[in-house]
Amino acid sequence: MEISKAEMASAATAANSAASSSSPVDLRGGEILVKALQAENVKYIWGYPGGAVLHIYDAFFKQDTIQHVLVRHEQAAVHAADGYARATGDVGVALVTSGPGLTNAVTGIATAYMDSIPMVIISGQVPTAAIGLDAFQECDTVGITRPIVKHNFLVKDARDMALIMKKAFHIARSGRPGPVVVDVPKDVSFNKVPYHGYPETVEMRSYNPVRKGHSGQIRKALQLLMAAKRPYIYTGGGVLLSNASAELRQLVDMLGYPVTNTLMGLGAYPATDPKFLGMLGMHGTWEANNAMQHSDVLLAVGARFDDRVIGNPKHFAQNERKIIHIDIDPSSISKRVKVDVPIVGDVKDVLIELIAMIKESGLKPDSHALGAWWSTIDGWRQRDCMKYDSENTEVIKPQKVIQTLYNLTKDADAYVTSDVGQHQMWAAQYYKFNEPRRWINSGGLGTMGVGIPYAMGIKLAKPESEVFCVTGEGSVQMCIQELSTCLQYNTPIKILSLNNRYLGMVRQWQEIEYSGRYSHSYMDALPDFVKLAEAYGHVGMLIERPEDVEPALREARKLKDRTVFMDFRTDPTENVFPMVQAGKGITEMLLSPEDL
Amino acid sequence: MKHIIAVLLENEPGALSRVVGLFSARGYNIESLSVAPTEDPSLSRMTIQTAGSDDVIEQITKHLNRLIEVVKVVDLTEGAYTERELMLVKVRAVGKEREEMKRMADIFRGRVIDVTDKSYTVELTGDQSKNDAFLEALDRSAILETVRTGACGIGRGERILRA
Repeated sequence: MEISKAEMASAATAANSAASSSSPVDLRGGEILVKALQAENVKYIWGYPGGAVLHIYDAFFKQDTIQHVLVRHEQAAVHAADGYARATGDVGVALVTSGPGLTNAVTGIATAYMDSIPMVIISGQVPTAAIGLDAFQECDTVGITRPIVKHNFLVKDARDMALIMKKAFHIARSGRPGPVVVDVPKDVSFNKVPYHGYPETVEMRSYNPVRKGHSGQIRKALQLLMAAKRPYIYTGGGVLLSNASAELRQLVDMLGYPVTNTLMGLGAYPATDPKFLGMLGMHGTWEANNAMQHSDVLLAVGARFDDRVIGNPKHFAQNERKIIHIDIDPSSISKRVKVDVPIVGDVKDVLIELIAMIKESGLKPDSHALGAWWSTIDGWRQRDCMKYDSENTEVIKPQKVIQTLYNLTKDADAYVTSDVGQHQMWAAQYYKFNEPRRWINSGGLGTMGVGIPYAMGIKLAKPESEVFCVTGEGSVQMCIQELSTCLQYNTPIKILSLNNRYLGMVRQWQEIEYSGRYSHSYMDALPDFVKLAEAYGHVGMLIERPEDVEPALREARKLKDRTVFMDFRTDPTENVFPMVQAGKGITEMLLSPEDL
Repeated sequence: MKHIIAVLLENEPGALSRVVGLFSARGYNIESLSVAPTEDPSLSRMTIQTAGSDDVIEQITKHLNRLIEVVKVVDLTEGAYTERELMLVKVRAVGKEREEMKRMADIFRGRVIDVTDKSYTVELTGDQSKNDAFLEALDRSAILETVRTGACGIGRGERILRA
């Protein structure tokens, strides 16, 4: 299959030209798959070849519109495509072989599923005749991935390839987004069948996600919101997935109500705006959690009241409040918390309609009550729950590294990814995200190792942007092999490793909940990260003194074309505050070491 | 509380395992399940008998609806419905028992569908409580084997579930 650049100038033309030709061309299943990806405007694919996908790789060799990135481990292929999807809103695409290729990808797929990220993962499978015979590199891909995908397909006939790919992309990006796995047996990718073009539309009687919310429900929400004495707007990842940040900002501006974002929702509302109370939840701010607990009308937008956000549900239910919940997934509504006004629909569509109704109604918020509510909130803010020993000159405080990064890059075109643990929480707390899709992390599954692959996925798509990966010496070693990929594909990222020699979040819990019995949370025999970075062809920096933090970051940023690994030796005893301990209510917080 | 949920879904390989997987993954109970294609061979209809609080049942129906291959979901117990289950029971039937077993089957409007010199196989159709009652009416040691299809339900009158 020769696909010239001219032929592929536009995906639509490609699809149409094939569709309109009177005699269909004969193509192999793998070639049809590549045509489908081109028609879907896929620009990048992260993958790893193997026996079952060789025909597909052969089809990739014969085209030049999609860039393939060869990762070092399949888990990273999925993470990189996932990071790309989070930053751009496009569907992320990964390609892995059968058996171990797919099982290595499972962590990445589950990570994307928990955070509702649109992805298509293509996996090779043993030939159809060998399925079920325990063939070499065979596994039940559809069975293994079933609980961690929005949907999955086994392509049994090359004739079905185009329609299945169309469905896969449609399902991945519509409704509540999520990963879709397409499993392709080797013979299916090899067989030649007539290709009639890529379908322009797809109809599925069993899948018709709603977009518009119920107007009657939105009107009820409007009345509750306008009658509120202590209103609060709580938003999650759904606002970002729906690209509804502008509408959220408009709504908050109109109402003047306080707003909070979940870990997944940071950047949906500008963190530097005075109406923003900070992140809420287990490591949220005192004011954000207290406003949650004491509000009388709560507007939840694209958020799901998960256990890290509302703490002990019984404690949360002690205060009476009316809850309005906007979510595209009905199963997220009244799952953990009973909701008074459910609105099922796309966040953007619903917010547009709500804003229009507010304007039309001429109703105004109760300014007297709102003033009193804001002074209560200001009282909570006086606690200054984010203070820490910022002037320490002996040891690097991890918060200081994040604050310095923020101060240096706040006006830059920057993305920040993180791994999972203490560093993730400090990054979420101390980097003020003012724009959507700039904070990229694994919130739901909490997958250590995502940081580097996320960063390299974003850097490939956004070569002009600066991409920082905030990580720790524990997480970073889970996908550190991708430093090699960063060099091969020239995706220079800046890695800030907050190295405290401990699995910090585990250590913190052991200190607080297990009387300081630090069971297997200390990592002895760490590598020399500077030499390791150099061995991979990058720049390594060791930063041990507080006064060196800022100069090191400045120097790293100057090395625009290099990946830089910054090994910050941070205070090993530092804990993340505020903290809601397991089983506690969200206002029963530890605010500082003195509370221990 | 007992609920009978009717599900219309695409008759595709793997669709059943998605439903069953959903119940096990989220810790819901399946007390019985019956499934077969409908008059439209592209659709299967499933009857699931489950139990749980109203909140749990609400989540079950929402999650069933979320499955891509599920076309429609109805909790039949929310309105008027009828339910039937087919049960086959092989009972010991020797000497005086033969007469007794035949009479018992008649009382429950069952039919003897297989006979040997030592046993009867009785076919019974009814709601599950009727079938339970039949088993309880028998001497336990006389029951050699039991097989039940699980509940199969349909709404009454104008209550129609179609794609």
